[in-house]
Amino acid sequence: MPNYYQPEIETASREQILAWQNERLVKQVQHVWNNVPYYRQKMEEKGVTPDDIKGVSDLHKLPFLTKADLRDAYPYGLMGKPKSECVRIQSTSGTTGRRVVAFYTQHDIDLWEDCCARAIVAAGGTKDDVVQVAYGYGLFTGGPGLNGGSHKVGCLTLPMSSGNTERQLQFMTDLEATILCCTPSYAEYLAETVHEQGLRDKIKLKAGIFGAEAWSEEMRRDIEKSLGIKAYDIYGLTETSGPGVAYECSEQTGMHINEDHFIAEIIDPETGEVLPEGSKGELVFTSITKEAFPLLRYRTRDICVLTRKPCSCGRTHVKMSKPMGRSDDMLIIKGVNVFPSQIETVLLEQGYPANYQIVVDRVNHSDTLEVMVEMAPDKFSDSLADIAEEEKKLVAALKTMLGIYAKVRIVSPKSITRSEGKAVRIIDKRKI
Amino acid sequence: MSVHQISVFLENRAGQLAQITRLLADNNINMRALNIAETKDYGVLRLIVDDSEKATGVLLGEGFILNMTPVTVVVVPDEAGGLASVLDVLAEGGIDVDYMYSMFPHADGKACMVFRLKDENAFVSRLTSHGLHVATKTELGLK
Repeated sequence: MPNYYQPEIETASREQILAWQNERLVKQVQHVWNNVPYYRQKMEEKGVTPDDIKGVSDLHKLPFLTKADLRDAYPYGLMGKPKSECVRIQSTSGTTGRRVVAFYTQHDIDLWEDCCARAIVAAGGTKDDVVQVAYGYGLFTGGPGLNGGSHKVGCLTLPMSSGNTERQLQFMTDLEATILCCTPSYAEYLAETVHEQGLRDKIKLKAGIFGAEAWSEEMRRDIEKSLGIKAYDIYGLTETSGPGVAYECSEQTGMHINEDHFIAEIIDPETGEVLPEGSKGELVFTSITKEAFPLLRYRTRDICVLTRKPCSCGRTHVKMSKPMGRSDDMLIIKGVNVFPSQIETVLLEQGYPANYQIVVDRVNHSDTLEVMVEMAPDKFSDSLADIAEEEKKLVAALKTMLGIYAKVRIVSPKSITRSEGKAVRIIDKRKI
Repeated sequence: MSVHQISVFLENRAGQLAQITRLLADNNINMRALNIAETKDYGVLRLIVDDSEKATGVLLGEGFILNMTPVTVVVVPDEAGGLASVLDVLAEGGIDVDYMYSMFPHADGKACMVFRLKDENAFVSRLTSHGLHVATKTELGLK
């Protein structure tokens, strides 16, 4: 028996969904035109006015927004409502170079929490469940989003936030949590610890909602088997609200995008041309209900495929595949967005050569980041303590820039491979 | 009184040290002292050679990162307690030593220790006033 949170929306006919999208898009474009000068200027440069947008079929006429726009417009340049009407700020995790801040009115939060509530109900959640939210709380959207969704469903909500595994397991067993929300790598780690500590019989979990990083079908099977649960994927990004933009149903063959709030397109990342359904390309989102941060045609850089084939769960909203990669060089490490260019900036600032190599791996279910840096004459000393001191400064500067710890490994000058003059910057050893 | 030590950055990688000793050998440079301080990932090779100018030229030419560090060489009685007596004198005088290592034995049977110091003048005056001998480059046969 399929479970819906808002059945009239989740199983609406395609015609109905399109009608909502047409009406909301027209309204949203007008709202942005009137209230977001930054985007209005982009429209004017492209020679588009709100009159040109009569519905979803005109969407392609609008200019794209990219992460670079978000940086240019930082902090308030893309805000669609006066501060007096906004109640919340969320942000991408700690990256100074490319920080994204998003704003919410109370209405935006309500709709966002509805989206998360749909995900929880699709995973079998009811008001009888105890939901353990082990995503980070604070600026990160994971904790607040699922927390709000869990409240909406009426679940007994455990706002654990991330980390402190001992306490997570104690609450999970003592309070008999039935749904776990966290990153898939943390779920894998928890599962392993459960087995090590012989707690398997005390676990009452039936489902998990795992997102904010890439994970494979193999990881899903491992987690499902070791915890005896069904593991559901959830997708979202701070730019479009947070988790809950799309979520999996019991069929587990892709994530339903909440099309009453977001219009999804797949484009060719090179040309920007919209591709037909079923094509692999870059996912672009237009928020049609967000008031405070109304992004139109935001390029996610995630590569995936959309399908509108009928789903056995009865939901009619389009499904997106798991992201298959990125159309830029962004890495997601421990759920944090990392750009190689940020690392380059730090190295140059600290007086090291910009010829570096990043090695990403996953050890004990946790991502590791190592930056190989070539020794510079100015940084060298006959004293190891002096070199270590310089290295410590570099580690601290990287932490400030990236928001996560990066191990630094100093190597010989000119030892990092340059193939035909172009160095291999990223080695990602994670098997996901 | 100081002697040139060549300090070379050494990544912990097979063949790095072999490459350096081979280069010195090919250029007919004789090593008189060698010491390595290392961490897990890298180390510092400290060398005293008979012709430091030539050696730095050769190593820089091969892309090594190095610097010249002034160190002081002390002649130590080659007998039990020889080094202890020197270090006692330094400790009593409150003289700091950053690091030290021994030179390869000299033909005349004297032992020599290399010292890296914060304050060379204080070190030398303390030692000479206690009848110890600080070796010159000429005595050591270094250019």
